[in-house]
Amino acid sequence: MLVALVAGIICPAVGALAPYKIGGLFAITGPASPLGTPERDTALLMEKQINATGGINGHPVKLIIYDTKSTETDTVLAAKNLISQGVVAIVGPSQTGESLALLDTASRAGVPVISCAAGVKIVQPVNKWVFKTAQSDVHAVARLVDYMKKKGINKISILSVSNAFGDSGKQQLRIQCGAAKIKILSEETFGDKDTDTTSQITRIRGKRPQAVVCWGTNPGPAIVARNMKQLGLKIPLLMSHGIANHKFIELAGDSANGVIFPAGRLIVVNDIPASDPQKKALLAYANAFKKQYKRDPDTFGGHAWDAIQLVKEALAKVGPDKAKIRSFIENKKNYVGIGGIFNFTPQDHNGLGKNAFVLVTIQNGKWRLTK
Amino acid sequence: MDARSQSPRYHFLAFPIVGALLAALPFALHNNYYIGVMVFIGIHTILALGLNLLMGYAGQVSLGHAAFYGIGAYTTAILTTMLKWPPWVGLACAPMVAGLAAYLIGMPTLKLKGHYLAMATLGFGMIVKILFVEYYPLTGGTSGMTGIPPLSLGKLQLVDDRQFYYVVWFFALMLIWVSYNIVESRVGRALRAVHTSEIAAASVGVDIAKYKIQVFVLSGVYSGLAGALYAHYIRFVNPDPFGFMFSIQLVVMVVVGGMASIWGAIAGASAITLLSQVLQRFEDYEVIVFGAILVLVMIYMPQGLTKSIVDLTARRRSAKPSKPEVLP
Repeated sequence: MLVALVAGIICPAVGALAPYKIGGLFAITGPASPLGTPERDTALLMEKQINATGGINGHPVKLIIYDTKSTETDTVLAAKNLISQGVVAIVGPSQTGESLALLDTASRAGVPVISCAAGVKIVQPVNKWVFKTAQSDVHAVARLVDYMKKKGINKISILSVSNAFGDSGKQQLRIQCGAAKIKILSEETFGDKDTDTTSQITRIRGKRPQAVVCWGTNPGPAIVARNMKQLGLKIPLLMSHGIANHKFIELAGDSANGVIFPAGRLIVVNDIPASDPQKKALLAYANAFKKQYKRDPDTFGGHAWDAIQLVKEALAKVGPDKAKIRSFIENKKNYVGIGGIFNFTPQDHNGLGKNAFVLVTIQNGKWRLTK
Repeated sequence: MDARSQSPRYHFLAFPIVGALLAALPFALHNNYYIGVMVFIGIHTILALGLNLLMGYAGQVSLGHAAFYGIGAYTTAILTTMLKWPPWVGLACAPMVAGLAAYLIGMPTLKLKGHYLAMATLGFGMIVKILFVEYYPLTGGTSGMTGIPPLSLGKLQLVDDRQFYYVVWFFALMLIWVSYNIVESRVGRALRAVHTSEIAAASVGVDIAKYKIQVFVLSGVYSGLAGALYAHYIRFVNPDPFGFMFSIQLVVMVVVGGMASIWGAIAGASAITLLSQVLQRFEDYEVIVFGAILVLVMIYMPQGLTKSIVDLTARRRSAKPSKPEVLP
């Protein structure tokens, strides 16, 4: 009855056709809420936008969003709930674990899931029904290695956080630096709650590398940047996309200046040349988000934007048939999104390459595109 | 009062009724989501049952029970994906490994009392979770293990929610029956004696250490089985569901359902699992509403759901016949 009531309110505005239901699973509460909240906000923004412009082929869109509470159990139950309400696709979840917990449910129910999480395991091996829009760290490392080769850096030290993110980055660095003939002089780690890394940096200084690559998420990398400045180590400090939020600059202060890291184009949208094919999409998202919420959008919201945009295009083209939507996305080429330019294939359900990343330098506490 | 509510006749009636209701339920529910919720209520019931034996009857607090749940899940995951053992064998090994872990950890820690035991189990739970995260070659680290095979009966793979529902509730009811028999036996009386006063129990010849370790291992076995069922249902395991927060949630299930009450395990598991689903609509405020409900339950039903309801009906029943007695 509630559905009928809601539909009754929405329908007259955009026509009398039945609404298309899209499910959203975001970690709105729990440890992953910094990811899930911007994703949810973006999803709500898009629902409003689509319905304000006449819906999809006259059909209004109804987003049903559930909080996964950052837990696997709630994700699976919420997904079953969405499926039983007849959603045509599910956008999210926010985290890798939650997404992997959904693999079985998604393929059994035959509903396309477009995850906003980064883990490469979500799409490798390929599950017929599961896609993801977040970039993988393979490509972030590739971008950094390219940069080091260009600058003639061939001796580095690695400093990584001891968790899944740091380990995965370190493994990729080993593989790709080996292939590019960049020598790794030493590997150091720090805990994700450590407040001092001077001993690691002192050891690194003794090795005399040409650059330090630090792979971690806040607050560790900010401490590394501070400690390097304190110890007077004046070699390039390269970092990961894990620091692509304002928190890093806040924590590191002056020491953040000069740090170079790979990131999606969204955070340096104003520096992106107009000739860049992504410029238009980036501005559209950034402006719409800022207008609605009075703050800057971030990468995570961008993943949700891309996912919903893909579902929207599929719905416009093939209608509300789950199998058809799935194969539409699987064969989608040249989709210009926030995370990059997607080229999906049956073997690649992420569809991004290393050009999804640009290199960003921090100058005077601001992100600038590295020239 | 307590003895009467736990009387054999009461259970003799309750058991087939609950069994029949559970067997019929999937025919009334046409929605896989509800079945999925029921599957989790079943898994949580098994967990709460084990913890209730430990907390409610033996009076030992454990804040690390999610670890046994995790050990069960990872045991079957490793056996069935890496060694390619059949799922039923994995399901059988999981409770054994969890029980063994409980034995090894119980030997030193059960000498501790009250808060100290709680702290020790808390530490154990954290260590186990760190092992899941760090022992990458075996557990797959934070990104976990995929590709766990489903349970099967002959050639029939139990991948459907409805089929799995019957598997889970078969085990849950079986364990309720086992627990009931334990509680009503000599062992159960000994456990309750230990709960009331360890010194008094020891003075009448109850081997406290033996009973404590037995019930601890038993609750580890229950949790291990629940973990294995989880692993074969979701067919993916990662360390997150087996952390400290879930241990706390289990304690909440036991306390809300009613300590020292076998049926309280179902009541507590159902209440907490359902509540977290029903409260979805409150979005960001869910945690607050959830907390408020718990506080109210504890204020007005300090004995937990089952006992408070049993007490209420018993009071009403005893209130009625008292009238004619006054008349003559």
